Amino acid sequence: MEDSGRKWDRCVSDSAVKTVLGLGVGALFSVLFFKRRSWPIAFGAGMGLGMAYSNCQHDFKSPYLLHGHMVKVTHTHTQS
Amino acid sequence: MLRVCWKGANAAARNCLCGKVPVHPLQHCRRYTSAGNSGSAAGKIVAASILTVGGGLGGTILYAKWDPKFRANVEKSVPYSDQLFEMALGPPPPPFIPMQKKPVKAEPLQISSVSEASKDSKQPKAKSKAKEKQPEPAPVDPKPAVEEAPALPPQTIEAEECHECASHEPAVKERPGEEVAARLAQQDKAEQDALAALSFNLEDTLGFSAKLTLQAIGAQEAALTAIGTHTHRLREAMDSEDPPDKKSAQWRELEDALSERTRAVDQAGQSLLQAKEQLEKLRVVINGAKESKIEAARPQILAAEENLHSMIVDLDKVVTKVQAAQTEAKIVSQYSELVNEAKVQFQKELSSITPEVQANWKGLTGKLSADDLNSLIAHAHRRIDQLNRELAEQRVREQIRIEAALEQQKHEHQRAVDSAVDKAIQHNHEQLRLEQEKKMQEVREVMEAEMRTQLRRQAAAHTDHLRDVLKVQEQELREEAQEALSSKMMEQETQHRRLAQEQLDSFTLDMNSAYARLKGMEEAIDSHVVAEEEARKAHQLWLSVEALNYTLKTAAADAPTEPLEGAVRTIKESCAENEFAQALATALPDESLTRGVYSEASLRARFYGVRRLARRVALIDETRNSLYQYFLSYLQSILLFEKEQEAPPTKLAAQDLDTFKLLAYATYSIERGDLELAAKFVNQLHGESRRVAQDWLKEARLTLETKQVVSLLSAYANAVGLGTTQAP
Repeated sequence: MEDSGRKWDRCVSDSAVKTVLGLGVGALFSVLFFKRRSWPIAFGAGMGLGMAYSNCQHDFKSPYLLHGHMVKVTHTHTQS
Repeated sequence: MLRVCWKGANAAARNCLCGKVPVHPLQHCRRYTSAGNSGSAAGKIVAASILTVGGGLGGTILYAKWDPKFRANVEKSVPYSDQLFEMALGPPPPPFIPMQKKPVKAEPLQISSVSEASKDSKQPKAKSKAKEKQPEPAPVDPKPAVEEAPALPPQTIEAEECHECASHEPAVKERPGEEVAARLAQQDKAEQDALAALSFNLEDTLGFSAKLTLQAIGAQEAALTAIGTHTHRLREAMDSEDPPDKKSAQWRELEDALSERTRAVDQAGQSLLQAKEQLEKLRVVINGAKESKIEAARPQILAAEENLHSMIVDLDKVVTKVQAAQTEAKIVSQYSELVNEAKVQFQKELSSITPEVQANWKGLTGKLSADDLNSLIAHAHRRIDQLNRELAEQRVREQIRIEAALEQQKHEHQRAVDSAVDKAIQHNHEQLRLEQEKKMQEVREVMEAEMRTQLRRQAAAHTDHLRDVLKVQEQELREEAQEALSSKMMEQETQHRRLAQEQLDSFTLDMNSAYARLKGMEEAIDSHVVAEEEARKAHQLWLSVEALNYTLKTAAADAPTEPLEGAVRTIKESCAENEFAQALATALPDESLTRGVYSEASLRARFYGVRRLARRVALIDETRNSLYQYFLSYLQSILLFEKEQEAPPTKLAAQDLDTFKLLAYATYSIERGDLELAAKFVNQLHGESRRVAQDWLKEARLTLETKQVVSLLSAYANAVGLGTTQAP
């Protein structure tokens, strides 16, 4: 029961960090390469938020995630 | 169909769009031309849709009419279709029920009842031998049997039969044996009298008729002789040439003979008549005797008949003889008449020619002259010629007459032959009948004799059968008596033996009981000792279980109890040889031993937190847990209002497996102190809610287990303690 709360904490903190970082990177890029347009900032912030969202979702899904493996079948017994 | 409609709609729309006005913008086109075309197109669409819908309905109804299963299916799937079907087609066909076979059963019952009734009616009449008689012919049989009884000579059998038949049918008038015998005797006597009277009568008439017949025959014969003499005399008179006085004497004799003859004939006729009358009377009497049907008189009747027949035959013979004689006499008399006539004629002629010559011309030969002689001779010659002519004529006529006479004679002969044949046939017939009667009589006598022998044989067989039956009965009775005797003896013996055995048993019983009491006392003392030991042990067990219980109570608000290891160890020590307690002690979960368990109160407190969290993640299950879902489920938990506590139903239905409901039930149970039920409900959660409540569930399980084991142990200890404590 506690890890739900912990997950949420992680989530929120993670999203905050990522958004801000994205924002910063976007601002940097906008200043450096894109002639102080506004769109890279929004872009960066969105990217950051999106990454945080995805991480959060993955974290919540983790108990239910199934990992499938592809197994190649070798035909050794047909030759005998 | 939908596609067609759709296409049609499309086509219509396209037409309206790209029709006669291509250049105009769409809106205009729609405004100007859609008003015109769309009306008809819409009408077409409406009509098409109505047609299809109607067609579909009609088709469904028709098919449902044909196939009842399809109808049932449609009724199941489409809500109000059964009403529609009922309106259109009438009620659905009922399922097939096999007809009861009651009416068929009724008939055999009736028949059996009838047969039973007939059997029942036959029952009271069931007796010994002659029971093959049916109930219906039985009333008919005794009556002719009784009537024919007089014909049976042995009266004993009659009496017996009548006894039987009397007892057979109470419906028939009952005549006791004596009355029957008296009646039979009476009948016999009456018969004898009748027979005697009849035979007397018969003999009388027979004698009389015989006498008369003989008389008639005699008279006839006398008549015959008279006729014969007369004829003879007549012929003699015709043929003889006697002198006149002898002739006259002859003629006188002839007359006498004639008168004699006539008299005899008359007498014969009279006596014949009398005889015939008497014979008729005799015949009447015989017929009367025949009708009286007395058997014994038969031979007499037969003899009388024979006599009658012979008399008739004789009479007839004699009558024929007389008739023949009469015809002959007639011939002769005719002949004599003719001759007389010729003589008279000649005499007349002669007297006419020679008037002076008188009667007897033979004596006149000397007195006559030559002329007279010549004339006489001439007359004689003429007469001779005439006579010759007449003779010739007569000869010719004779031929014809002879033929006519022959014919007549033939007819008469034929008639006579016929009558004679008839008479002969009649006589033969009569003869044959008499012979047949005689034969019948003989046969009857033979049959009577045989019947008597058979009856005698039957009587003998009956006596034999009776003897056998009596023997068998004797045997049976003897066996019965023997059996009764032996059974009684055995009974007495068994009783005696039983009494002896009882005495022995009671003595043994007393001894055994005394011994058992002694043993019981010893055992009681031993068990007392054992019980004391047991009691001590139980007491110890109980103490240790109490210690365990106490350790359970040491749970703080949020901390678990102390580890239960120590208490469990003491329990194990205290009841080392008690397997049940050992098993229970080992059944405690390890966690409780090492770590201790949480108390119920703490679990209860914790539950509310779990509940809140579970509500929040209610929508999350294994398949969909994106953050958006989390948001949604959080929203749901806020917006969904429901009772916090809800009483759980006795049976959990599928709709109760909703998270919120389950949590409500669990809350209710926990508030009422039923941790087990709450745990059960929490166990039903799915997905994320379940995962969230998992550790709470684990703790609850541990607590419940420990509590269960401890309660078992305490119960056991209590039971053992109760068992071993002794009342003061």
